[in-house]
Amino acid sequence: MTDVLTPVLTENWGTPGSWQLENYRSRGGYAAARKALTEMTAAQVISEVKDAGLRGRGGAGFPTGAKWSFIPRDSPKPTYLVVNCDESEPGTCKDMPLLMASPHTLLEGVIIASYAVNAHQAFIYVRGEVLHIVRRVRKAVEDARAAGFLGTDIFGSGYDLEVVVHAGAGAYICGEETALLDSLEGRRGQPRLRPPFPAVAGLYASPTVVNNAESISAVPAIIRHGAAWYQSMGTERSKGTTIYSLSGHVRNPGQFEAPLGITLRQILELSGGMRQGHHLKFFTPGGSSTPMLTPDYLDVPLDYESVAKSGSILGTKALQCFDETTSVVRTTLRWTEFYKHESCGKCTPCREGSWWLVQTLRNIEAGRGQEGDIEKMLDVCDNTSMKSFCTLADGFVAAITSAIKHFRPEFEAGYHTPAWELFPYEKSALFARPRQVEEVAS
Amino acid sequence: MSVDTGSSRAAAKPELVEFTIDGQQLSVPKGTLVIRAAEMIGIGIPRFCDHPLLDPVAACRQCLVEVPDAGNGRPMKPQPACALVAMPGMQVETAASNATVAKHQEGMLEFLLINHPLDCPICDKGGECPLQNQAMSHGPGESRYEGVKRTFPKPVHISAEILLDRERCVLCQRCTRFSTQISGDEFIELAERGALSQIKNYEDTPYQSYFAGNIVQICPVGALTSADYRFQSRPFDLVSTTSSCEHCADGCELRIDHRAGTVRRRMAGDDPQVNEEWNCDRGRFGFRSTMLADRLTSPLVRREGVLEPASWPEAIDAAARGLARAGHDVGVLPGGRLTVENAYAYSRFTRAVLGSNDIDFRSRPASAEESAFLASYIAGRRFEQAVHYADLEAAARVVLVSLEPEDESPIVFLRLRKAWRAHGLQIVNVAPFNSAGATKLGARLHATAPGGEADALRTLAADGLLDEQTIVLIGERAALSPGALATAAELTKRRGARLAWIPRRAGEVGAIEAGALPALLPAGRQVADPGARVDLAAAWGVASLPATTGREVNAIIEAAGNRQLQALVTAGIQAEDFLDPRALLDALESVDFVVSLEQRRTEVTERADVVFPVAPITEQVGHFINWEHRIRPVQLVIDENPSPMTDVRVLAALADAMGADLGMRSPAQARAEFAQIADWSGERAHGPIDSGGGRPVTSQPPAPDSLVLAGWRLLIDDAAGLDGATELLATAPARVARLAPADAARLGLVSGDPVEISGPAGRLVAPVELVGEMSPGVVWLPLNTGSSLFATLGAHPGDRVHVTAPGSRPDGPNQSDGGAQ
Amino acid sequence: MTRPNAQPADRTIGLAGKEMHTMSGHEFVSSYDDASGIDTSTEQTRIGEHTIEEMRGLAARYPDRRSALLPMLHLVQSVDGYLSNAGIKICAEVLGLTTAQVNGVATFYSMYKRRPPGRHHIGVCTTSVCAVLGGDILLEHMEQRLGIHEGETSPDGQFSLERIECNAACDFAPIMMVNWEFMDNMTPEKADELIDRLAAGKPVQSTRGATVVDWKQAERVLAGFDDGRADEGPSAGDASLRGLEIARRNDWHAPDDPGSGSLGEEQK
Repeated sequence: MTDVLTPVLTENWGTPGSWQLENYRSRGGYAAARKALTEMTAAQVISEVKDAGLRGRGGAGFPTGAKWSFIPRDSPKPTYLVVNCDESEPGTCKDMPLLMASPHTLLEGVIIASYAVNAHQAFIYVRGEVLHIVRRVRKAVEDARAAGFLGTDIFGSGYDLEVVVHAGAGAYICGEETALLDSLEGRRGQPRLRPPFPAVAGLYASPTVVNNAESISAVPAIIRHGAAWYQSMGTERSKGTTIYSLSGHVRNPGQFEAPLGITLRQILELSGGMRQGHHLKFFTPGGSSTPMLTPDYLDVPLDYESVAKSGSILGTKALQCFDETTSVVRTTLRWTEFYKHESCGKCTPCREGSWWLVQTLRNIEAGRGQEGDIEKMLDVCDNTSMKSFCTLADGFVAAITSAIKHFRPEFEAGYHTPAWELFPYEKSALFARPRQVEEVAS
Repeated sequence: MSVDTGSSRAAAKPELVEFTIDGQQLSVPKGTLVIRAAEMIGIGIPRFCDHPLLDPVAACRQCLVEVPDAGNGRPMKPQPACALVAMPGMQVETAASNATVAKHQEGMLEFLLINHPLDCPICDKGGECPLQNQAMSHGPGESRYEGVKRTFPKPVHISAEILLDRERCVLCQRCTRFSTQISGDEFIELAERGALSQIKNYEDTPYQSYFAGNIVQICPVGALTSADYRFQSRPFDLVSTTSSCEHCADGCELRIDHRAGTVRRRMAGDDPQVNEEWNCDRGRFGFRSTMLADRLTSPLVRREGVLEPASWPEAIDAAARGLARAGHDVGVLPGGRLTVENAYAYSRFTRAVLGSNDIDFRSRPASAEESAFLASYIAGRRFEQAVHYADLEAAARVVLVSLEPEDESPIVFLRLRKAWRAHGLQIVNVAPFNSAGATKLGARLHATAPGGEADALRTLAADGLLDEQTIVLIGERAALSPGALATAAELTKRRGARLAWIPRRAGEVGAIEAGALPALLPAGRQVADPGARVDLAAAWGVASLPATTGREVNAIIEAAGNRQLQALVTAGIQAEDFLDPRALLDALESVDFVVSLEQRRTEVTERADVVFPVAPITEQVGHFINWEHRIRPVQLVIDENPSPMTDVRVLAALADAMGADLGMRSPAQARAEFAQIADWSGERAHGPIDSGGGRPVTSQPPAPDSLVLAGWRLLIDDAAGLDGATELLATAPARVARLAPADAARLGLVSGDPVEISGPAGRLVAPVELVGEMSPGVVWLPLNTGSSLFATLGAHPGDRVHVTAPGSRPDGPNQSDGGAQ
Repeated sequence: MTRPNAQPADRTIGLAGKEMHTMSGHEFVSSYDDASGIDTSTEQTRIGEHTIEEMRGLAARYPDRRSALLPMLHLVQSVDGYLSNAGIKICAEVLGLTTAQVNGVATFYSMYKRRPPGRHHIGVCTTSVCAVLGGDILLEHMEQRLGIHEGETSPDGQFSLERIECNAACDFAPIMMVNWEFMDNMTPEKADELIDRLAAGKPVQSTRGATVVDWKQAERVLAGFDDGRADEGPSAGDASLRGLEIARRNDWHAPDDPGSGSLGEEQK
């Protein structure tokens, strides 16, 4: 039986100067990369990661080792590794602290993963709106290069690797791997048709692996301790340790690294629960694109299978918790507005569906909804669900349909009463609206 | 034996995939998209972004189908049929068999309509609109949307010719995919994001494309319209006629729409063998020149020096009298834009009625070398023997000689680009520089100054680039480069490459077949061949045909000028197209008698003694032969014609009046008669071609400020055929003088500076554009943009011209503009 | 006041502040203001040969130079203070693209501003978690305090305000960003103090980042030119360490991994 919390990725975050190369090395950093490059074949690295059962931590949960094994070994074109650090899914806030506190963990993973898929050029795509993280990752790359961990003949293995840190420019959709590739090619970040899949024709139409930052960061520990060690954590089909992000009306929000399968009840108990005097009304298990759940689901093991069984998705393990003061209509509208703002506009249902649904939800929030609006929204969601080009639209469909499923009366109330009357918004806030606001205005 | 045969035949077949749509088993070549397969068996799947000639984008989602089994036993989520490749064992269900799919389709149409304006009654597309039609067939009866519609300020000009109504746009990206994939003019792109996404050119850079009209045609809604057709008609009031384009030798199929006796628009026809579904803007929008005030509607006869309207009998009598006076000394210049029927009438009229062989259709620079080349390689060539568009697509390499496809053969350009994109067709460009058009073909430049084409071909041959996998495309400008045609003919024959000659004008190949050349009789018969003459004389019912090879175009003009010829008959010619425009006009003035068959008043008709109005292309039937030697039918579009007489009919009347019989009075008769004599199995001309007969090259030592002139006609230029196409002409590229940076630096010129170019006849000033890879010592100018260089400079590609900064030339051949010092 | 936002504010489908047109005597209200595109009325730029050389350097970092377009557009902003017409044209020229292509990319991403934002660009997150915990109040408060609406720049050019989407700091909600540096756990009081200090030119320390630089300098870092501040600021914020601290208190750790340095130093 493993411990309740198992810091591996987060283990060094509290150390002063944790982002610096010498501090990372002093705790064993880059030993795994050296081991992989000098003692293991690429195939051995891939099987180790496969055996460990590591699954993508960006939301989809696709087995990482399998993804690597799809890369053709005989391609006349170069192979690329692209790391997705475009963390933008509402509620999701695990990769940014990881990159800020320990960019070398990621970089060591990049070296091992690139070696495994025979890439000599890797790209780390970081969303643009996080200036200091861009600095930290870029400095890590510079320091690693200076130390000989990047460049030519790394660890005397004869293996060469260059890494470019690339800052995005503000577009949630670039978290979708093919949109990210288009963005990295200097284009509008719009998803591509698949097939061809990135493993065959990704960046510059070359074989490409795109992995989430946390997935890549998990690799050094797997190589260091072995697949069996990693397998010893987690549940039957969801192996290893991962970072859960707790946010919202909780007493102590933050990052909690635990074996897959911990429950929200456990995390809340450990962290001090909901804020004083309030109780949980609903939460998302993995970001706003995952259907919301009610306290009835507090004991669902937060692994891929169990969450799926409960009608939602593990996603990015972003546990956004809202208490009873919160209007579900309001949060649902906000998320839908987010998706409307971030819809790339390429396909009809996402572009037009989000445009439509935002208007209906605004009416309901304002108490101006009309009889039948809920049924209409559900039908519009049905006309969108699984029919858009990528899964962005499925995100707002999930938010809306799950909200209606669990809290239909709140939406019905929107036919006559504004949400802010039912749920005075100030009661949800951590602070009062400043008095002077009115004075300045007058 | 039979087993072997069977297996080898099977190997040639494409691999087949068996799957089902709505339970119907079908077998399609591997890689077939489900939407195409459904079309084959008549199952309708609505769509907007799908276009068979564009890469799939799967953006509109209208064509979603259900796939209960992907062929692996597992279902798929709803799939866009436009991007779904049929797989063995796959089961596809469309709305015909699956109610869920019908709901997808209805829902998607509802989405497309929530922000679509309800302006169908004033929309040009109304009545022929895929959105309108599919909303009726697959859409919800009523919208449940009660929100605010997305609105845009409307409409915006993305070019002088094309307007965009963004509200109507469904963001299918057909237009941007066309501009990116097909024509390579990436001046429109998606801009903004999400619900505000819109098609946009950059503010101060219009959508520059010779093919812009295609995006209007493929727009599945009324978002893109042409300034030319906007608010001109309703689709259901139009009568459509399938015909062929008269502008160039590419032979596009056209759909010509008319109402109330007037052509309202022209669209690309769908001919997969030729133009696929595209055409160029010249062919689409250039149809107004015969609708202008200068259209001839009645015969004119010169009375006491003044051309005046006359009755047909008077004009015919006057012309017959004048021609009879001239006897055999009549030259005939029928131009290069006639249908085969009309050209054949001129050919027979010249030989059998006038008793002359002085006929040459080449209203452009020509040479004896070219005559020999045409006789040996073009005349009498059968379609099966010729190079076709499909061959260009299949070739490994195409060599361009004296041919700028985007300007001079736009459909060849599109086909070459398609092949380059699809399989990396190697294109070698024998030219002084790679133009923007050549760059869009990924062409490899074989830098060659005009006149150096023969040497360039020899180099390519030595490098092994004229092998069996190669096609050489040579343009009509090769006539100005001594040895080019002869060398191309000889080297391709020796090295195994195939050769095609691509003239600019639609009627040239047909005129060669019709025998509108001094040494050639119809169907490749040679004037010098007594057997051929006898054969033809018998067919034509005359005792004999003139045996002396006639004069070529320049000689005809010279002979008329010095009155060795007594009369000229002209048809559809423009003076500025000729090698020496002044000489032609002088000849028309010097010669005793001129008969002109024309559609409009021109410099030529002004100098004629009798002018006959003849029917423009929309008012007659006939056919062209394109550069592939493919028959391109011309259909009657307008029958309420103000000048019902075709060239054939006028010539028949003249023959009657002269006591002879042309043997045909209508294009249909001409065609029937030509068909009877088209099969000539006798001797034809064959090489080798004497390349010494080229135009003499000036042997003056080059002056320090002299450069070799290069140039071609731009697709959209001052051509008379484009008169009246106001918006189209506003998209014409401006005249620039292209120079190598070193030459410009030597002359003290930087980009944008005015530069003066002068030739024997005069000078012009144009802004400099520096071209990095331009062959040194060359200056490039468009041949008929701003003015005809032949007329203005008296110079031609390959000639030396003086190039100076204006006012800086102290000792040039001409006086400087500034007057005495 | 000008709008720095990449998105013309279509957030309110209510039609306040939209361009009005009169067509056929009817009022026409547009959802999109054509004047919100790249400002092509001026060719002015401070981009010189040095910057163009830097752009070429960016292009050389990638196997295909077009990949440098996003960094180059950040660089344009760092020099001209917004996405200038000249900047679009120069990017097109350097990469061999058409201006339509560059414009298509530039208008897709929300960090590219078509009008000059302030010296300090203030972002207030109003996606659900932040909004509910106080982001909506903060945004309203900032509008009052700065006297501008979201999407606008103060007349003195000091501040611009943007309603931003989730910035991956939900455990520090509600958050604000100053020139894309984190300002965690914000309150109206803290926001006032932040604005006071920025307005007074006093140094401001990001809660999880460096001493705040101005927006143009930040854009230069995003373009790929480091400013040497990576070592400023903490390893992590309190919330980031929450689980780690609980694990420490309980002596919880991953199996067979008693903690730091289990394998000893990585040896050369």
